[in-house]
Amino acid sequence: MPNWLLLSLIYLGAAVIAVPLARFAGLGSIIGYLVAGIAIGPFGLKLVSDAQSMLHFAEFGVVLMLFLVGLELEPRRLWAMRRPIFGWGSFQLLGSTALMLALAVAAGVPWRLALVAALGLAMSSTAIGLAVLNERNLGSTTAGQGVLSVALLQDIAAIPILALVPLLGSGAHDGEAVDSWLEAARALGVIAIIVLGGRLLLRPTLRWIARSKTPEIFTAAALLLVVAIAALMQSVGLSMALGAFLAGVLLAESEYRRELETDLEPFKGLLLGLFFIAVGMSIDFRVVMQHPGLIVGLVAAFLMLKALLLRAMARAMAIPLAERSVFIVLLTQGGEFGFVVFQAASQGRVIDAETASLLVAVVALSMLLTPLLLLASDRWWAAHLQAHRKDTTAHRIEAPQSTPVIIAGWGRYGQIIGRLLFANGLSATVLDHSADQVEAARRFGWQVYYGDATRLDLLRVAGAGQAKVLVVAIDDVDQNLALVDLARQHFPQLSIVARARNARHWTQLYQRGVPFIERETLDSALMSGRSVLELLGVEPHRARTLAQRFRRHSVEQLVAMAPHMGDEQRLISLSKAGREQLEQLLAQERELAERTRGRSDGASGGEAPTA
Amino acid sequence: MSDILLLLAHPDLQHSRVHAALRAALQPESARAGARWALRDLYAQYPDYVIDVAAEQAALLQARLVVWLHPVHWYSMPPLLKLWLDEVFSYGWAYGPGGDRLAGKDLWLVVSTGGTEASYRPDGHNRFFIDAFWPPYEQTASLAGMRFLPPMVLHGAHRAAREEIDEHVAVLVDRLRTWPAWPEIADLMPCIQGVAPEGERPAAGSS
Repeated sequence: MPNWLLLSLIYLGAAVIAVPLARFAGLGSIIGYLVAGIAIGPFGLKLVSDAQSMLHFAEFGVVLMLFLVGLELEPRRLWAMRRPIFGWGSFQLLGSTALMLALAVAAGVPWRLALVAALGLAMSSTAIGLAVLNERNLGSTTAGQGVLSVALLQDIAAIPILALVPLLGSGAHDGEAVDSWLEAARALGVIAIIVLGGRLLLRPTLRWIARSKTPEIFTAAALLLVVAIAALMQSVGLSMALGAFLAGVLLAESEYRRELETDLEPFKGLLLGLFFIAVGMSIDFRVVMQHPGLIVGLVAAFLMLKALLLRAMARAMAIPLAERSVFIVLLTQGGEFGFVVFQAASQGRVIDAETASLLVAVVALSMLLTPLLLLASDRWWAAHLQAHRKDTTAHRIEAPQSTPVIIAGWGRYGQIIGRLLFANGLSATVLDHSADQVEAARRFGWQVYYGDATRLDLLRVAGAGQAKVLVVAIDDVDQNLALVDLARQHFPQLSIVARARNARHWTQLYQRGVPFIERETLDSALMSGRSVLELLGVEPHRARTLAQRFRRHSVEQLVAMAPHMGDEQRLISLSKAGREQLEQLLAQERELAERTRGRSDGASGGEAPTA
Repeated sequence: MSDILLLLAHPDLQHSRVHAALRAALQPESARAGARWALRDLYAQYPDYVIDVAAEQAALLQARLVVWLHPVHWYSMPPLLKLWLDEVFSYGWAYGPGGDRLAGKDLWLVVSTGGTEASYRPDGHNRFFIDAFWPPYEQTASLAGMRFLPPMVLHGAHRAAREEIDEHVAVLVDRLRTWPAWPEIADLMPCIQGVAPEGERPAAGSS
């Protein structure tokens, strides 16, 4: 069997087995990939040996990921993030490095070694951080933006760090200074080419390719674009991921954004998976076995130091309490840049090979720990939040409010309700936990307050004791239900109007006795359904009647099913019976329609009607 | 169980005087256990015009007197009541073969008009006596086998004085309490359900 076929078989097989297992166990896909890597690696089944080259190849997954992250970020928004990136990003990197350096030197480690180790360990894993944000849909939260800012700065900082590391070596490097000036100029040149080319050439080129109407060539062009940029960046010693990110940002406003995204998404997912597998494979368990105590101590110490700094940052950056644990955990671990730094250092003979593989093992273990820490922090942090409802962050609602309506959640759903009220001269007190959302709303003159609506004291200040109606428009199901429970317990006079994500959430609200529940997509989908019926030749008013009937039936079904939630068998049979009932109803109608066809125009004064 | 069913149909109760007063007077009784009547506020119940036909027919079956309370709009009933009529008085249920579920019940119309009594005369701007607008209602009742009781009308509703409205409400409540012991009922002919040849009838369906 050819080698590539065998390797594909091993990698794909390991991923397909391990990842679903990890997900079912509630551990997330990254753990699955890492474990798969350990399993097939040199210290598992020994199916694959060359972890390093696979790691290099799979790094392209990280490049693709940053391209996609860039696509989501228009230049305007990136510009707005310049302060968190350079301010908080540098603070994290320099602060972590300084802390670790100080501790290591104090412990008697030679300063060169300590500096390299500190720099390498201060880097976080962009791959893990952004993949988790993606998996949990946290990209747009304050914590998500924070993680992205720090990760971006690390990508930028990797360039000078990698340039610096060989200089720490004992050997003299005459003439290098001149070279590095030249190199800096070339690097700037390449970035200029990417920015200018991206602005001027990329869109016309993509348009030309898209006009050829060959979808696979468009995909190929998308891949080529990223590969070319990566190659260009690497030729001048810059971070490939950074270049891809820049190109992504430049295309964020183009009409091809969605298409590029859908085309590259599967490549990114698979390569990123491969990357994590390679990380798992590259953990050198021989070194781990030799110095188990040292490694555990190092991992614990550096995670702790970084977490301490990140905790202080999270507080200063006003990251909402509920998101802080994610922010901290996603940036504490060592990352793929650490591997590169240690490799460079060992090549430049700043550290010996043994130490390098020890440090690599430390980084890889910390990456393996991240998803586990995240799970633990989810549990622990949630309980902690429950116990310490008294939060010190300032929410901007100061004077007690007294409007008849409180809207919790100023997203797509709550906004429509609020606008309807405001348009008719009614006012509402609006709460949202996203500072960005609040700021945007305030710019347009809405009275929106920042805060976590599931906090009792905040609800009090918002006037929940006097209000008549509480609109629960929060999209997160758990938060949504938590608020409903809180309101029912403490403010029984409030009529609750709730948004339901789906049928299951609807049932949970219904079982809590919420009188006004709407599934968020039902009515818009039914309107689209009407359009489809009309396009198929159904008369508009008839389509309306059919949609309304379907709607009523659907709600009746949910009510009938509510008591049996959790009983899968019973639900299936009920839903089947319901469908049959609706079909029967429609069949009866069709029959009646057949019988009376053509007579419906005969209605005249006094005679009975047809509908 | 009450045997009087009141159907209130006013599209904009917030700006109504007569019907808001009617609802205020009639609703508390309706909510009581063992009430003399049951009030259904159609526009409150079906703001989206999606009528629950089965529930409406079930309510009708309980009743012996059905009362329609509505303002006269364009010499007729408001659109939701008309839709209610179209859908609830269905073929084979209220009329046509086997359609005898309403037979023997009374139908009473209690309406208000914007125009004064004087305007409903050949020399007024409404040109006809108010009685001239009853035939469609009367024939509807007849086809369903219901007895059409003499309607009760409040003219000039926009300008009616508070006392006049109170008086109207009081009379209505008194009449509901004393039904069917009304002096004029003794003079009415017993009702006979109207029939029409099957072929000429547009059957109710949804085609």
